[in-house]
Amino acid sequence: MSGVERTYRCRCIVKGSGCGEAIVSREPMCFYLCDPETGTVIEKSHPLQGKSLAGKVLVLQSGKGSSVVQVDGFYQLWVKGTLPAAIIVRETEPVLVSSAVVVDAVMVDRLEADPFDVISDGDWVEVDADEQLVRVRAVQ
Amino acid sequence: MLLTDEEKRMLEGQCGKGVMKAMELLVALGKAFDAERLIPVTRTHVALSGQEGDTYWCGLLADGGARCTVIPTTNPAWDVASLTKRYDVTAEELDLALRTVDVYRRIGAALTFCCTPGLGTNVPAFGEHVAFSESSATPYVNSILGARTNRESSVSALAAAVVGKTPLYGLHLDENRRGQFLVRVEAPLGEPYDWGLLGWYVGRFAGSRVPVLHMPHVGSRPSPESLLYLGAELNTSGAVPMYHIVGITPEAQTLEKAFGGSVPEAECVVTKRDLREQEDAVSEKGGRINLVMLGCPHYTYAQIREVERLMKGRHVRDGVAFWILTSYDALELASRSGERERLAELGVDLVADTCIDEPCWKSFEGGLGVTDSPKCAYYRERRGQPFVIRRLSGCVEAAVCGEAL
Repeated sequence: MSGVERTYRCRCIVKGSGCGEAIVSREPMCFYLCDPETGTVIEKSHPLQGKSLAGKVLVLQSGKGSSVVQVDGFYQLWVKGTLPAAIIVRETEPVLVSSAVVVDAVMVDRLEADPFDVISDGDWVEVDADEQLVRVRAVQ
Repeated sequence: MLLTDEEKRMLEGQCGKGVMKAMELLVALGKAFDAERLIPVTRTHVALSGQEGDTYWCGLLADGGARCTVIPTTNPAWDVASLTKRYDVTAEELDLALRTVDVYRRIGAALTFCCTPGLGTNVPAFGEHVAFSESSATPYVNSILGARTNRESSVSALAAAVVGKTPLYGLHLDENRRGQFLVRVEAPLGEPYDWGLLGWYVGRFAGSRVPVLHMPHVGSRPSPESLLYLGAELNTSGAVPMYHIVGITPEAQTLEKAFGGSVPEAECVVTKRDLREQEDAVSEKGGRINLVMLGCPHYTYAQIREVERLMKGRHVRDGVAFWILTSYDALELASRSGERERLAELGVDLVADTCIDEPCWKSFEGGLGVTDSPKCAYYRERRGQPFVIRRLSGCVEAAVCGEAL
């Protein structure tokens, strides 16, 4: 792992910490349309279709979809251990927050820089929600 | 966030573990959205789903001693008593359905099992602060009734039902209810199906912003069903908890009022061609079908009558099941008034208390279905059943000839 490490302030939504390879979704996401066994996005024509979220740090535009199924989506991934290690949200939305609280999925928002500008797929990202810090090591 | 002494006691666990968990969720939401404080709610609707995640949360609260203080109405799961006679489910699926009913009974919910509370069973008045989950119900009570709710999840609505409060943020505040972008609708809109397509189209680029629909050519007031379809699809392809229709919805009597004096961020036009292309993009190609599924959101009594009219006494083709999912009161009315029996003779079945997204429908998976609801198709996709999406008359013709054109 090479590259410069940069640190950004953020705001804690759900406590805890997690680290992993970054996966960026510029589109909102409905977690119910993921395969719980593998954490793979199965939503037709979603930019991340076919990619797994499991153990990664997800940089997410926002949530979408029915209020009911988002919670179950999180729950199923939690039970199977395929949740992202942490989620960095760009546009926070109530259903997404509730879903994360129920299963204690680490979540932050309000990164001091636009996360889409400073985090790319494959970067190594550490999210410390308790300290409200995100560290990014870019892949060259 | 400012909490009263009583609220602090709840958060510290002095009112039981269930109340504490409910309060933790409300406070997390309040903090995330910079709410100053909690406010009382007078009505709640919980999107009970018969899914593990939701049942887990209700059980966590109920087992922790929590009981609802503002009695919620509930969404459908599935009608175990009647559907297990027709279809097989696994022991686990049956067990989950029975556990769901049990925990919601224990927590003190009113088990209406209906996803259209705003049409009859739980109708808030203008300006009332409420907590309504269910993606079709939230925009309906905000936009059409003028009550105030955020886009609640099933879990946050249940927390509000237990505590009797919700954080003061978002759509509870005047400034967030204003329109943000303008949609000039040139496409002609008739039956609910057209409104659903419009909702799906606009929801795709709306994100969670509040659209203002301007459609001077639509002369007569849209039906409640049309408005329900519009909101359901806006809040499925997007996350839109509120919209305005100039001259129709109560907070948008004029274009200026809809924007509350501010300037639209953006403006777009929706043409007939846009909606036709949307229809092609969202639907599967036609073919032989094994299922017609109507009632996402739940069909009303008027829609059940419309199905009977379009059937014209013809029978559903062998090898095709035709289900209309409806509310308990519409089912009762259709039983009393004769539509239920007459439709059954034609091969059209009615069921209450039931959602499209449940394991009781799995025997149809692998085959092609037809529906008038993009939302239905969107959620059935995950369960392995693709859907052709057609207006109601097209669904009925598909039922009769066994093939969607």
